[in-house]
Amino acid sequence: MTEQTARRPSRLFRNLNAKIASIPMILNALVIFLGGTIWTIVYSFTDSRLLPRLNFVGLDQYRRLWVTPRWLVAVENLAIYGACMLVFSLIIGFLLAALLDQKIRFEDTFRTIFLYPFALSFIVTGLVWQWILNPNFGVQHVVRSLGWTDFAFDPLYDSSIVIYGILIAALWQGTGLVMCLMLAGLRGIDEDIWKAARVDGIPTWKTYLFIIIPMMRPVLITTLVIIAAGIVKVYDLVVAQTSGGPGISSEVPAKYVYEYMFHAQNLGQGFAASTMMLLTVIIVIVPWAYLEFGRRK
Amino acid sequence: MRYQFITAALAATAALQFAGPAAATDLEVTHWWTSGGEAAAVAEFAKAFDATGNHWVDGAIAGSGDTARPIMISRITGGDPMGATQFNHGRQAEELVKAGLMRDLTDLATKEHWKDVIRPASLLNECTVDGKVYCIPVNIHSWQWLWLSNKAFADAGVPVPKNWDEFVAAAPALEKAGKIPLAVGQQAWQTSGAFQVLMVAIGGPDIFKKVYGDKDAAVAGGPEVAKVFKAADDARKMQAKSKVQDWNQATNLVITGQAGGQIMGDWAQGEFQVAGQTAGKDYTCLPGLGVNAVIQTGGDSFYFPLLKDADKSKAQEVLASTMLSPATQVAFNLKKGSLPVRGDVDLNAANDCMKKGLDILAKGNTIPDTNQLMTEDSLTQVNDLFAEFFATPTMTPEDAQKRFADIVSKAD
Repeated sequence: MTEQTARRPSRLFRNLNAKIASIPMILNALVIFLGGTIWTIVYSFTDSRLLPRLNFVGLDQYRRLWVTPRWLVAVENLAIYGACMLVFSLIIGFLLAALLDQKIRFEDTFRTIFLYPFALSFIVTGLVWQWILNPNFGVQHVVRSLGWTDFAFDPLYDSSIVIYGILIAALWQGTGLVMCLMLAGLRGIDEDIWKAARVDGIPTWKTYLFIIIPMMRPVLITTLVIIAAGIVKVYDLVVAQTSGGPGISSEVPAKYVYEYMFHAQNLGQGFAASTMMLLTVIIVIVPWAYLEFGRRK
Repeated sequence: MRYQFITAALAATAALQFAGPAAATDLEVTHWWTSGGEAAAVAEFAKAFDATGNHWVDGAIAGSGDTARPIMISRITGGDPMGATQFNHGRQAEELVKAGLMRDLTDLATKEHWKDVIRPASLLNECTVDGKVYCIPVNIHSWQWLWLSNKAFADAGVPVPKNWDEFVAAAPALEKAGKIPLAVGQQAWQTSGAFQVLMVAIGGPDIFKKVYGDKDAAVAGGPEVAKVFKAADDARKMQAKSKVQDWNQATNLVITGQAGGQIMGDWAQGEFQVAGQTAGKDYTCLPGLGVNAVIQTGGDSFYFPLLKDADKSKAQEVLASTMLSPATQVAFNLKKGSLPVRGDVDLNAANDCMKKGLDILAKGNTIPDTNQLMTEDSLTQVNDLFAEFFATPTMTPEDAQKRFADIVSKAD
């Protein structure tokens, strides 16, 4: 015992194997993520066109970005899509999970059905919903052929609501996962809590709202992070469903970045836009991280 | 004795290898020619190149040039260059050439007298940077065409129009007959393309050159261009019901007589050909919308990235001269619906529309393509504006013109 304390290795060499094993990941994070981010930010202040070059032009790219109608539309779309996606996927996901949690028959079957869309990529989802929402052979056509001949439902061809058409597809694809996460959270709640609530005569909905949901905080946070990451990077769904149309009314920031970097051959403008995306993420994450981790101290 | 025999055999095989057409080299060629007519045309290149004993590896990228060019550029800048790649005439590959990523073809160009055979000379000038030739033009494509379906007009009971104004006047009759007057695919480049065609037809070639060439914002915001925006507003109303994406889907609406017409470059002709239609009988073509008959000298060029492999570099030269050879030029352009880049070839097989085009070209009524005048960056902004304009009925032509003038003032 004494011998062991005497030869206690310094902190640096404790768990040496684990530390060596994590070196690649640390390097990856530092060089690729941090390095790449800094590189992008630096070049967003240059007038790089097809190839990066260090010719600084100050905030010109940002000034141009914030007067470009396409970028403004993209930001607005992301805000609508983000808010709706967050709220609806959480609510629908939780409701589905709560319903599945009622010890129903064929639970496995239902869970598989609800989760199945998640197995499809956004591209496939987008194409499927492009067809479903197409007025010539989708929902509108089916309802019309049933007799309601003046029924109109073509969100993808109406610039004022096209983003909701995309939202429907995203919800269909994403809520299954939220449901599964929530279900796992619900299953993690001790059975005794339910028994105690029942003994006290608390109605089921109140138990869910005031006891179970606060206890599911860790699961909720995980889900939130997963949904939020999905929102910011939404790109392929839009490309498959509308490719930004009609006109520019379903553009999203990620698409703007891609198209200005590679298609318009203006790296500087693309970098400026992607830096703005990063900034938004930081603005959302920092206060949350401060609350989450700052409080623990 | 036996030893000698083996050596002789070996020598013979070795000799055979050198004697035959240089051992087949695979050369990957990337392009975005994927519609029916385009694929038939590019097959002519592949056939001619394979006949030289090399092997054409087809790198077709589906979508449009907008989808394909980023892939091509990132492959070249990322150090995985293909053997040859398509770009449009103009400034799309400008920076790649300046960065030294493209191969200098000057020697081949002098040997084969490209300067004397390629017409109009502006095409080779586009390929020339600092006196060196970096690409080879393969065809001339012009945006300035209006394609009309004779069947649609017959169904509507009106004569086939002879110019843009007659077409606009016929629109209500077409609509009454359940036709879409004007078919426009919803991709951004198609709407902005239609606009610049209208500008040449209604404003005239000089206005076009001042706006796109000199980037004169005063002209772009002036009364002449206001008329063009008025016409674009007509076009917007006429295309309101055409809900297709790709240009060839829109062309198909014209081919099947569901739509009255389409403003599209002469590459649409390949589609009419594949569908077995005859110019003059089944469809009508109006160069310059029947107003200002001019030909835009846009089109496609092939660039050859700098490669380390000596065999492949050699094959690049073979491909370049194959593409420009008279026989290939005729075979390719007949299928493509475009005009050949050399004037000394026999095009008796050309149809009525192509002959109209060749005629205009011979008279020298040419204007440059937008790709030759503006950078991709500026053109993307113009594309975005027209994508929005054509999809937003509430956007007034005056607002659109103001924004257009603004883009032109900042364009380079």
